[in-house]
Amino acid sequence: MANSASATASVRSSNAIVRSRLRKNAIIRALSIAATVAGLSLLAWILGDLLFKGFSTLSVSLFTMDTPPPGSAGGLANAIIGSLLITGIGILIATPIGILAGTFLIEYGRGSTLAEVIRFVNDMLVSAPSIIIGLFVYQVIVAPMHHFSAWAGAIALGIIALPIIVRTTQDMLQLVPDALREAAYALGAPKWRVIVVVSYRAAFQGMLTGVLLAIARISGETAPLLFTALSNPGRTTDMSSPMASLPVVIYNFAGSPYADWQNLAWAGALLITFSVLTLNIIARSFAPKTRN
Amino acid sequence: MSQAALEANQPRIGAHPGRLGNALFGGSAWIFAILVLVLLAGVMISLISGAWPAFQHFGVSFIWTEVWNPNRARYGALAPLYGTVVSSVIAMVIGVPISLGIAIFLTELCPTYLRRPISTAVELLAAVPSIIYGMWGLFALVPLMQKYIEPAIIGSLGNIPLIGDLFQGPPYGIGLFTAGLILSAMVLPYMVSIMRDVFETVPPQLRESAYGLGATTWEVIGSVVLPYSRVGVIGAFMLALGRALGETMAVTFVVGNSYHIMKSILAPGATISSSLANEFAEADGLQLSSLLAEGFLLFVLTFTVIGMARLMLLRLQRKYG
Repeated sequence: MANSASATASVRSSNAIVRSRLRKNAIIRALSIAATVAGLSLLAWILGDLLFKGFSTLSVSLFTMDTPPPGSAGGLANAIIGSLLITGIGILIATPIGILAGTFLIEYGRGSTLAEVIRFVNDMLVSAPSIIIGLFVYQVIVAPMHHFSAWAGAIALGIIALPIIVRTTQDMLQLVPDALREAAYALGAPKWRVIVVVSYRAAFQGMLTGVLLAIARISGETAPLLFTALSNPGRTTDMSSPMASLPVVIYNFAGSPYADWQNLAWAGALLITFSVLTLNIIARSFAPKTRN
Repeated sequence: MSQAALEANQPRIGAHPGRLGNALFGGSAWIFAILVLVLLAGVMISLISGAWPAFQHFGVSFIWTEVWNPNRARYGALAPLYGTVVSSVIAMVIGVPISLGIAIFLTELCPTYLRRPISTAVELLAAVPSIIYGMWGLFALVPLMQKYIEPAIIGSLGNIPLIGDLFQGPPYGIGLFTAGLILSAMVLPYMVSIMRDVFETVPPQLRESAYGLGATTWEVIGSVVLPYSRVGVIGAFMLALGRALGETMAVTFVVGNSYHIMKSILAPGATISSSLANEFAEADGLQLSSLLAEGFLLFVLTFTVIGMARLMLLRLQRKYG
């Protein structure tokens, strides 16, 4: 009798344990689903707000007129031109340097201490705050030249893009099988030809993804431009003068008390966010399917 | 074919084909790789040299002085330093559990067909420029905070003894707490994508055998996945902390720009990056140097945290490939 009673008790208590384990599990499941829903709603909320507030301000004059003084009509043409120039030149500076540096890490220095140290420092630079790069360029270029310039802005953005390009180049070259390189060597090709004709060609899509992601990253950067390219109410293509850019104009206009400036800021925000997101999605479609 | 053309096609014995190309290509690759190191050294040296006058004038006590007065030319970094750390800690307190939840969902619960779209959506959250977060925070979040969320916090948490002081005062809307909230949204995707990768390093055999013993999803995560990937998860958190400490535009809009340290985390404050964004372009003399000194402190703070995070992730990579 005692035996069967204790057996029932142990069944009952083990049922209770199972129930509490399942309950705990259900709670964790529900919480993690809730966290995911929260993250996705946040994205929807931000994009929805941008569309809602920015879409009504989209017009042709946005692309033809320059930033106005408060109270009059205007557009963002000078800022769009400035952004394209500064970002474009920044990426032109960063791409060859970044690709060659990434090439060194894999094709020349693989396994060496120097390459390991450079790789580590580069990874730190990827996550470095962009405002610090802005201070650096201010100290090195703006302060000695005694004036703000679009060149300084382009160089600051280039420095931010550089570690991203180094990183992806290195990751993608690492995926190229050595057998391909050896086959080219066996045909008598010099090392630089092997790298250019075999390694680069095999890693091309991935490297392109890196460059596109770097463009997406720097085209929304604001902080480093505040101390370098500054802004300019007029339209200019002179790289040695201060130049307006979309992010800085958004910063100045969104914080202003004028409704028409705030509307222009929303329009700019919509433009920049959707171009950055589109670039990201295009870049992802180029990315090779194998993950490292 | 003429004899001359034939000879031109013969490789000349003794000459190494492509030697010049090799030297040029390899040399420039080496120079540009070294440039990455030079860049880090350059950042450090330029900040130290710019900060030197401020440290000379105020001494090391610059770091723990709570005053920022351009009229009397008195500067100290304590208030922005405090704001930087507090807003980042708030971001981590809010962001860590949520990112953990999303990472668990993506690796353990999510149906396969949803995994890719949800991962992409979370990564797009990382692609949204920080100025957009700032602007959205100012126009969408601040009014909500002021009207509903902060009064609710003040009414409930504000009355608890000991920690109540942290949640008192008028609901400004702007302030360190709002800044931390936006930061948590910004660093969320970084944590999720690293954690997801780290969770995937757990060998499927370990996971499957735990499930085979009848473990629930939570038990597999809590007793197998998390202990196995501990180093990587902490690395992910620290990398996100490094981001939060240096983030500028998202914070500048909503932090309030006040150089007084208040007891309440709901009160306006300043961070190093927000004070740089607000004052740097118009500053000169001692103010400029004090701002650069702040920048140097931020550099030390973020690079220490990021460096430690990278070391942890590197250790994990070495261990599990």
